[in-house]
Amino acid sequence: MEKKVYMAPNPATPCISVRINSELCIRCNICADQCRMDVMVHNPKKGEPPIVLYPDECWFCGTCVEECPVPGAIWMEHPLNQRVGWKRKETRELFRVGMKDPPPPYTRPPVG
Amino acid sequence: MPDYYEPTETGVQEWPYPVDYGRENEVTTDVLIIGGGVAGCHAAINAAKRGTRVVVVEKGATKRSGSSGAGVDHWGVAFTNPCSSITPDEIVERAFTNRGAVISYHNGIFRYITVKESWDALLDCENMGLQFRDVDDEFAGAPFRDEKTKILFAYDYGGKTTIRVRGGAKIKPILYKELKRLGVGIYDRVMATALLTERGKQGARVVGATGVNIRTGEFYVFKAKATVLSTAMSSAGVWMFSTELAGSAIQNDDPNNVGDGSVMAWNAGAECTLMERSGGPVSGPFHWPRFGVGSPTNTWYPCSIVDANGKEVPWVDSEGNVLKTVAERTRDWREAQLTPDLEDLIKQGEYVLPLYADLPSMPEHERRAIFGLMVGNEGKTRVPVYEAYTRAGFDPNKDMLQAPIVPVEAGGEGLGNPVWRHGGGGAVVVDWDLRTSLEGLYAAGNQIAGVGAGGHPGAAATGRYAGRKAAAYALTAGSPVANRAQIDAEKTRVYQRVGGAGDIGWKELHAGITRIMQIYCGEYKSERMLKMGLWWLNSIGQSEAARTYVRNPHELVRYLECLTRITFSEMIIQASLARKASSRALGFKRVDYPQRDPPEWNKYVTLKLSEGEVKTGELPPEYWLLPPFAPTYRENYEKHCGLDSGNGSSQR
Repeated sequence: MEKKVYMAPNPATPCISVRINSELCIRCNICADQCRMDVMVHNPKKGEPPIVLYPDECWFCGTCVEECPVPGAIWMEHPLNQRVGWKRKETRELFRVGMKDPPPPYTRPPVG
Repeated sequence: MPDYYEPTETGVQEWPYPVDYGRENEVTTDVLIIGGGVAGCHAAINAAKRGTRVVVVEKGATKRSGSSGAGVDHWGVAFTNPCSSITPDEIVERAFTNRGAVISYHNGIFRYITVKESWDALLDCENMGLQFRDVDDEFAGAPFRDEKTKILFAYDYGGKTTIRVRGGAKIKPILYKELKRLGVGIYDRVMATALLTERGKQGARVVGATGVNIRTGEFYVFKAKATVLSTAMSSAGVWMFSTELAGSAIQNDDPNNVGDGSVMAWNAGAECTLMERSGGPVSGPFHWPRFGVGSPTNTWYPCSIVDANGKEVPWVDSEGNVLKTVAERTRDWREAQLTPDLEDLIKQGEYVLPLYADLPSMPEHERRAIFGLMVGNEGKTRVPVYEAYTRAGFDPNKDMLQAPIVPVEAGGEGLGNPVWRHGGGGAVVVDWDLRTSLEGLYAAGNQIAGVGAGGHPGAAATGRYAGRKAAAYALTAGSPVANRAQIDAEKTRVYQRVGGAGDIGWKELHAGITRIMQIYCGEYKSERMLKMGLWWLNSIGQSEAARTYVRNPHELVRYLECLTRITFSEMIIQASLARKASSRALGFKRVDYPQRDPPEWNKYVTLKLSEGEVKTGELPPEYWLLPPFAPTYRENYEKHCGLDSGNGSSQR
């Protein structure tokens, strides 16, 4: 319990629109430079991944993920009030985006 | 913990980009394109191919910005494709003619150009590298595939006028590559702030524009012989603002779409119309992500919908006949819909919530087309829905996605507060050259009045047309001479809050503007309330807007967008005051003039600024077929289109 406690302004409601895996990120800044809203900005510390500075301005277009040259280095997450659910037809099991212990990913890519 | 907390714990970090407020960059060109979306890119490509120097100024990043920057799933109005069952002139006969006493307030020029050139614009994209056809035969034998041309059709498999765009998510980078190849100058992250006119005079020839960089705060002066406004229509952002709902369908429109183009044109003295039209009310506690639930009206068409017990909701035609099979739903798109009394049937217990989109029950080709092709290529769904949901385990072969009760397009899934409105496509008046009322200023895409949401094909078709016309003008026009006093006045306006003390953030300013519009320019309007709205807008312009803090170039641009919204709201209110009659077609309700669409008001009311004063005028229905124009669409198009053949559809 040694960590200092700080005052902090309230977070924006959608805290996270995109997440960056700093181990996979190659610091190319393509995501930040193609973002129409400047949701991400270059990191003032050279050689660090972009900072997600304005998540509340994200349009959720997803082009940062599309343009990223490294699979898995960046991905989108809808805020909790936008996460949707589904039912498996045969088993009637319920699933949702963001659940604990999710089913395995469906890996077939889109057409084209 | 999200990244953005970090600065508060480690001390405030310096803005990562070099800032130099007011530093002037001067760019001279033949054709200036304002807005690098789909319309702007097609305009730039066509102007460059006609031998002019072209510059694009774009608030975001041209490679991926614009309303269709993230992708497109279907390409409509392709009446000249080789499989189409109907010709452009037939569609004019069927759909363009005003029937009955009330006009529909569309834009016939925009519509006819789109009908003539939609397919050509798609072929342009193919020539640039888009493979929209089913080249790898994934859909061989599917009822929506033409086996000879390998074109995949959507919605109406008999009519064959709407094309599924395989690879549609990659269109914008393909257009961007073409701009680079043609040597178009691209100025990304620059918000255009004002048009420059000869002698700085309102109503005079447009000779360029000013801009400010969203990262560096530097100032830009663009001097151009011709200018194309391919900025978007305004979003609903004058009535609604909620970052609580980020990622939801309530943000239908790109947040960059604040009405910059209309406001710049207005300030320069261009004639505008239909600003009073609005839609809504848009209600619902919140919306799901755009097409992120199984809404069968558009991208998910014609998916079966079942209730919680697996009971299928019937599809019916316009006369109420049940369409039993998927094939019947795709005979004529406009005829088929989910039973319109669904809400009542749910209340009566006939269907049990929640509803699901039953992809697993669909024929395999349809399932793959709906989820793999349409959701997989539509803007705002390829990554946020297809990628995000499948990563979370959604399997279209096994799973039924929860579905809305009310189509997303009709106001979302829930009923209840808050109730908002959205704009209805008011913008600049154009002629058959897509020229505005100002010399040297052209418009394309949703910036054209009466278009509303013209879609990707409309943006592409009018973009290529406006690019041709602007280039033709630029090749004969004199050099642009900008007025120094006008530039200096604009610099003063742009930087007025930089370095000043302030206690209001841009978000609060934005929210305040929307509140004024909700209260004083809502669904039911009256002269007294509209005038009070003007008073409020003017008042916050003098007070809170003058106390808004600007801490970096990003906040500077967001603040300038609020000033745009104030003017845009004033334009809407001025137009609402000028139309002294209610109108069903315009979604316009005056409680002090309740009579709907009285014959004397079947006209376009126009407004413009002249020496700072609002001047109203009017245009008759179908003004584009009256003198000085020719009496038919075909004659006007052939005379003005700027193609040697006089026919845009030479590539059949």
